[in-house]
Amino acid sequence: MKTARLLLCILSLIALSGCANATVPAGQPTPATAAYIENKGSDTIVNLALAWAESYQALHPEVRISVTGGGSGTGIAALINGTVDLANASRQIKAEETADALANGITPVEHTIARDAIAVIVNPQNPIQQLTLQQISDIYSGKIDNWLEVGGEDRPIVRLSRETNSGTHVYFLEQVLRLGQSDNKTLFAANTLLLPSSEGITAEVRDNPNAIGYDGLGYVTPDVKVIAVAKDASSPYIFPSAESVNAGQYPISRDLYMYTAGEPTGAVKAYLDWIVGPEAQEIVTELGFVPIKSP
Amino acid sequence: MKSTSTWPEFLITRLIKASGYSAIVFVALIFYFLLNEGAPALFKTPLSSLLSTRWYPIENYFGLLPLISGSLIVTLGAALVAVPFGIGTAVFMSEIAPRWLREILKPLVEVLGGLPSVVLGFLGILLLAPFLRRALDLPTGLSALAGALLLGGIAVPTVVSVAEDALDSVPRSYRDAALALGATRWQTIWRVTLPAARSGVLTAVMLGIGRAIGETMAVMMVTGNAAVMPSLLALFHPARTMTATIAAEMGEVANGSLHYHVLFFIGIVLFLISLAINVTASAVVFRQKKRAERILS
Repeated sequence: MKTARLLLCILSLIALSGCANATVPAGQPTPATAAYIENKGSDTIVNLALAWAESYQALHPEVRISVTGGGSGTGIAALINGTVDLANASRQIKAEETADALANGITPVEHTIARDAIAVIVNPQNPIQQLTLQQISDIYSGKIDNWLEVGGEDRPIVRLSRETNSGTHVYFLEQVLRLGQSDNKTLFAANTLLLPSSEGITAEVRDNPNAIGYDGLGYVTPDVKVIAVAKDASSPYIFPSAESVNAGQYPISRDLYMYTAGEPTGAVKAYLDWIVGPEAQEIVTELGFVPIKSP
Repeated sequence: MKSTSTWPEFLITRLIKASGYSAIVFVALIFYFLLNEGAPALFKTPLSSLLSTRWYPIENYFGLLPLISGSLIVTLGAALVAVPFGIGTAVFMSEIAPRWLREILKPLVEVLGGLPSVVLGFLGILLLAPFLRRALDLPTGLSALAGALLLGGIAVPTVVSVAEDALDSVPRSYRDAALALGATRWQTIWRVTLPAARSGVLTAVMLGIGRAIGETMAVMMVTGNAAVMPSLLALFHPARTMTATIAAEMGEVANGSLHYHVLFFIGIVLFLISLAINVTASAVVFRQKKRAERILS
C-alpha cells in the first residue's frame, strides 16, 4: 500500500517534470496557458487521486495537477481558504464548513467521484451467510465471542482488523462498530488481531475457520466467503457488489467526493468530466473502489 | 627506521582511537535523540495513562503495559527455544562432531543467520501459524508462540556461533586432564568445558536475547499484534510487541503529536531493556572472571 503510494508519488513527479520539460513540437498549437490544478484532502482518496492525475496528465500534458493528502477536513479547510481548486473528501461537507465557506465568499459544490465499500469476510467453511450491522459491531467489540451466538458452529471468534493507521480501520470503527453514531464510544476488543496488510487478513481468513475480517471490496479474493450484511434485523441482507453499492442498498459503503469552489469552469471542469467518464472510473475499479456507474 | 614509521603509526593509532570513541558518541547521540523525542510523552500525558492496560492510539489510549509484557513473553519464549538449541548445537559442533561434519555445519549455521527475517515471517504466516492452530487446537496460530518459535530460530545462529567460539577456545589440556581423571565424555563437557567457557556462552545467550527483543518484521507478521494483557496461557494467545508497534505506527503518525512522542518513549523503554540485559550480562561475566582469577592465584 505504502510502496504503491510512494511509487505513485514518484511517477507523478516524473510526469510533472516530463511535462515541464516537454518541448511542443512545431506545427501543433501551443496551449495558451498551462493549467494548474491544486488537489488536496482525504487520505482514503489520495492514491486514487494520484492515479487519476497521472493518467490525465499523460493525456493532457498542458495540465498540471498536484495531489496531496492530509485528511478530508484539511482539504475542505483549504477549499474554504481558497488555496485549492479541488478538495477530496471521504465524507460530506459539514453544515458549519459550508457556513464558513459562504462567509468567505465561496460556494462549495459537491461532486461524487467514486464509492467505497467494505466487505466482511469469513472462511469458506464457516456456515454463516449473513449478519446485521449490530451483530458485526458486537462481534468486534467483544460482546459476542462464539460463532454459536450468531447462528454458527461452536467455535471461538478470531477478529481480524487492519492496523489503526489504515483509513479502512477508522471507517469500520465509525460506521460499523459505532453504527455511525458520533456519541458512541465503542472500541475494538483488545484481543482483535491488527494485521499490517490486506494480504495478512486474507491469508488468515482463508486458512482459519474461526476468523472474521474486513477489507475494501476491491481487495477481496475469491477464496474467502463474503457475508451479506443488513442495516438492522428487519432490513434485507445485501451482498456487496458494484450494483448494490450504487443502488445504496449495501450498508457499509460511502460515497467519495470532490468539492469545488463554485461551479467548476475551464480545466477543472474538464478534469471532473473526465473523472466521471469510463476511463477514469476503470482506474477506480483497479484501486479497489467502486465506480459510480455500474459497468 | 624509527622516524619513518612514526608518522603512519601516529595516524593509525588516532584512527583506531577515533573509531573506538565514535561508537560511544553514536550511542550517546542516539540516546539523546530518543530522549529528546520521547520525553515529552511523560509531560504531555499522565503516567497513569502510560501505565494503563489499553493501547489504542487513535483514541488516545496509550497504555504501554500490554506492549511491554508482549515483548517480554515473546522474547522469553524465544530464549527458551534458542538457548538449549543453540548451546546444544554449539556443544555438538565443538566437542562431539567429527571435523568434516563441523566444517559443513558451521557455514550452514552462518547461512541460517543471514536469512532475512521477512522471509522467515512469510514462512511463519503460511506454514507455522496454520500448523500451530491445528496441532494445538488454538483459536488462531498468529500467537506469541509463533513469534517465539520464529525468533528462537532467528536467535539460534547467533547463539551457536558465539558459544561455539567460546567452547573452542577452552584449552585442550582441560579436556585431557578431565578424561585422564576418569571423567566420562558427558562429565567432561558438563563439568569442565562448559563452565570454563561460561563467560563466552553467557555472552552468546545475551546476544541471542538481544537479537530476539529487537527483531521486528517477523514478529509483526506472526504474532497477531493484539495488545492484550497477558493471562496464564499468554504464550498461546496473540501479543503485540514494542518493536512491532513502532514499526506499524511510525509511518503514519503526525510529526510532533502525542502519539509520535509515545512511540519514541517506547523506543526509550526498549533501549533501557537492552541496556539492562547487557549490563547484567557483563556484571555476571566480570564476577565470574574475578572468581576464576582468585582460584588460579
